[in-house]
Amino acid sequence: MQTLLPLRLEDLCFEARGRGIIQGISLEFEAGSRTVILGPNGAGKSVLLRLCHGLLAPTSGRVVWNRSGAANGRHRQAMVFQRPVMLRRSALANIAYGLKLAGVGRSERQARAQRALEELGLAQLAGRFARVLSGGEQQRLALARAWALEPEVLFLDEPTANLDPAATREIEAAISRIGAAGTKIIMVTHDLGAAKRLADDIVFLHEGRVLERAGATRFFKGPASREAAAFLQGELI
Amino acid sequence: MNAVRRLLLAALLAAAHFAALPAGAQQKFITVASTTSTEQSGLFGHLLPIYAKKTGVQVRVVALGTGQALDVARRGDADVVFVHDKPAEEKFVAEGFGVARREVMYNDFVLIGPKSDPAQVAGGKDIVVAFGKIRAAQAPIVSRGDRSGTHSAELRLWKMAGIGLAAARGPWYRDTGSGMGPALNTASSMNAYILADRGTWLSFKNRGELTIVVEGDQRLFNQYGVILVNPAKHPHVKKELGQAFIDWIVSDEGQRAIAGYKIGGEQLFFPNAKRG
Amino acid sequence: MGAGAQALTHAAELLVTLDPGLVQIVSLSLRVSFAAVVIATLAGLPLGATIAVARFPGRQVLIVILNALLGLPSVVVGLAVYLLLSRAGPLGSMGILFTPSAMVFAQAILVAPIIAALSRQSIEDAWREYEEQLRSLGAAPVQAGLTLVWDCRFSLLTTVLAGFGRAVAEVGAVMIVGGNIDGVTRVMTTAIALETSMGDLPLALGLGFILLSLVLALNAAAQVIKEAAQHRYG
Repeated sequence: MQTLLPLRLEDLCFEARGRGIIQGISLEFEAGSRTVILGPNGAGKSVLLRLCHGLLAPTSGRVVWNRSGAANGRHRQAMVFQRPVMLRRSALANIAYGLKLAGVGRSERQARAQRALEELGLAQLAGRFARVLSGGEQQRLALARAWALEPEVLFLDEPTANLDPAATREIEAAISRIGAAGTKIIMVTHDLGAAKRLADDIVFLHEGRVLERAGATRFFKGPASREAAAFLQGELI
Repeated sequence: MNAVRRLLLAALLAAAHFAALPAGAQQKFITVASTTSTEQSGLFGHLLPIYAKKTGVQVRVVALGTGQALDVARRGDADVVFVHDKPAEEKFVAEGFGVARREVMYNDFVLIGPKSDPAQVAGGKDIVVAFGKIRAAQAPIVSRGDRSGTHSAELRLWKMAGIGLAAARGPWYRDTGSGMGPALNTASSMNAYILADRGTWLSFKNRGELTIVVEGDQRLFNQYGVILVNPAKHPHVKKELGQAFIDWIVSDEGQRAIAGYKIGGEQLFFPNAKRG
Repeated sequence: MGAGAQALTHAAELLVTLDPGLVQIVSLSLRVSFAAVVIATLAGLPLGATIAVARFPGRQVLIVILNALLGLPSVVVGLAVYLLLSRAGPLGSMGILFTPSAMVFAQAILVAPIIAALSRQSIEDAWREYEEQLRSLGAAPVQAGLTLVWDCRFSLLTTVLAGFGRAVAEVGAVMIVGGNIDGVTRVMTTAIALETSMGDLPLALGLGFILLSLVLALNAAAQVIKEAAQHRYG
C-alpha cells in the first residue's frame, strides 16, 4: 500500500468570523519522527491540527497527502483530543466501535480491541463502562482506540492537559511506544516539559504563522526567533 | 400528496390499525350517531345489551348534539341517526341523506332554575310566559348554543314568546356552546335557569340549588326520531343491520324495552312509534 | 365529606373492586397511547436525529415549526384526522373512524412532533460533544445519528415518556375521532369528560386520580431506570 506520508501543507489559511487564525502555512511532515507543534495559547495549534486531520476545511491553500484520496483512508489517520469523548458502552466496545467504522470485520474487531487494551495496560478494565473511568484511564482508552486503528499518522491535541503527573507519564510513555512502532506522531502542546520529553522536531507557531521549524535539541538550545526564545523563558508572549 | 407520502401514511395507518386491534374477533356492529341526552340518561346502556343479546350485533353509539350527529351522518360516518329535532330531521331526509324517518319515543323538556327563583316562574304551566318573565327580570339563563335538539327547542320557545334574541341578548343570556351536561354544570354553578331534557336532568348529579321550575306544557314535548342513512348516498352504510335495529326499536319488543327504563322508579322515555 | 375526599373514596372503590368497566377503559387508554407513542417514535426520532446532525437549508425554520407544534391543540389534530378518516374524506374508505385505530393515528400525529423536537434537542447537545470524535473515526452522518440515538437512550426515554404523557392525557382528539363509544373507544380522559358532563364530579375526579397515579407510576419507574443506568454507564 502506498503510504500517506509525507503530508504537505501548501499556503494554508483559515479564517473564522473574519479573523485569520492560520495565515499562510506551508509545511511538510515526514514519516518516522515525532513532531511537536508548540506555541502559546491562541497561536492556532489546534486549528492547524484539525485542518491536517480534515475536521476543518481550509479557507484557502491545500492539505496534500502523498496518497491521493486520503480522506477515504481516514482510518489510516487517527486523532486523540484534549478531552476524550467516550461512548456510553464498555471500554472494549469503544475500541471495537472505531474498528467497525474502519471496516474491520466483526471477528477481528474483538481481538484487535483486546490487544489495544493490553497495549495500554487497560486489559482489566475491558468490561467497565468507559464513562465512569477516571480522566487518565479515559485518555489512555482514547489512545488505545486510536492505536487499534493502526494509523500511519496519529494526531494528538494536548492529550495530557487535564491529567495529573502520574497519568501524564503513562500517556507520554504510550505515545513514545506508538511512535517507536512506526506511527508518525504529530502532537500539539503548550507544555514545554511534554515537548522536551517527546519531540524529535518542533514546529513553533505564533499568531497563525510558523516562526520556526527545527530539530528539538537545536530548538531548545537556541531558538532562532525572539518569540520562541521568550516562550522558552516562560514569558507571556 | 405524492405517492411516497401516501404510501408512508398508509403504512402508518396499517401499523396503527394493527397495534390497536382488540384481542377478540371482530364483532358485527353498526354505528349510531345520537344525542347526549339519550346516551347520558343511560337509555342506551339499558337498551343495547338487550339488543346485543338478541341479535349479536353491537350498536356503537357516538353521542353528539343533534346538529352534529346529523352532520356526521351527512358525511357518511354513521349507519343510523337517533336524534330529537323534527324540523332538522325532516330536512335531513328531504336532502336525501336519510331514507325515512320513524318516530320512536318522546319525553319532555323541563325548565330548570334555582330554588330562589329570581324571575318568579316556579309552578307555572306556561313555558312561553316563563321565558317572557326571565327576559323581563333579566335573570341569568344558560343556553346550549350548540345546534342541538335542545338548543333548537329553546330557540323556538323564544320565538313563541316574541323575543328577538339578537336584540335582547345581554349578560343575562349565557351562550355556552356545550353539551347538556356541561351546560347544566354551568347553570348549577351560577344558579341560572336552563332548558333541559328530562332524561339528562334525572340522571344529572351535580344539581346544587337547581330544581324543576316549569314542566308539563305541551310545547315542551320532545320527540325522538330514528333514520337510516341513505345507502344510495353512502354505499358502505350497513343497510340491513341498520334497518334491523330500526325495525326492532319501533317493534313492540323495542318499545317495551324503552318503557322499561326507569331512574328511581320514574320512566324517562315514552314509546310512541306508529305501527309501520 | 368534601369533593376531594369523595373522589379519593371513589377511586379507591373502583380500584379495590377492580371494576371491569374501569379495567377495560384503563387498558384501552394504555394500549392506544402505547401504540401511538411507538409509531410517533418511529417517525419522530429519525426526524429529530436528522435535524440534529444534518445541516441543510431551511433547518432553522423546521426547528421553529417543530417547537411550535409542541403546542398543537389536540382538538385541531382531532378535527383534521376526523376530516381525513371520515367517509367523505380522502382516507374514508379505510373505515376506521370511531375505532381505536383512528385514536392511535390522531395521538401519533399529536405526539410525533414532541418526540422529534425533544429528541432533536438532546441529540444535538450530544452531537456538539461527539461531533469531532465521530468524524475523526470516520462515521458517516447516518452512522453518527444512530450512535447518538443509542448514546442518548436514557434522555430519550424521558422524551418518549413525555410523549406518552401527552397522549394518555389528551381528550380533544380521541373524543372527536373515537366518539367515546362505550366499550369500544372510551378511554380514561373521555370517560372523565363524560362523568363531568353527567354532573358526577366526584367520580370524574376519582378517575382523574387513577389516571394521574398511572402516569406517576410510569414516570417513577422510568426515573429509577434512568438513575440506575446513568450511575452504571456514566
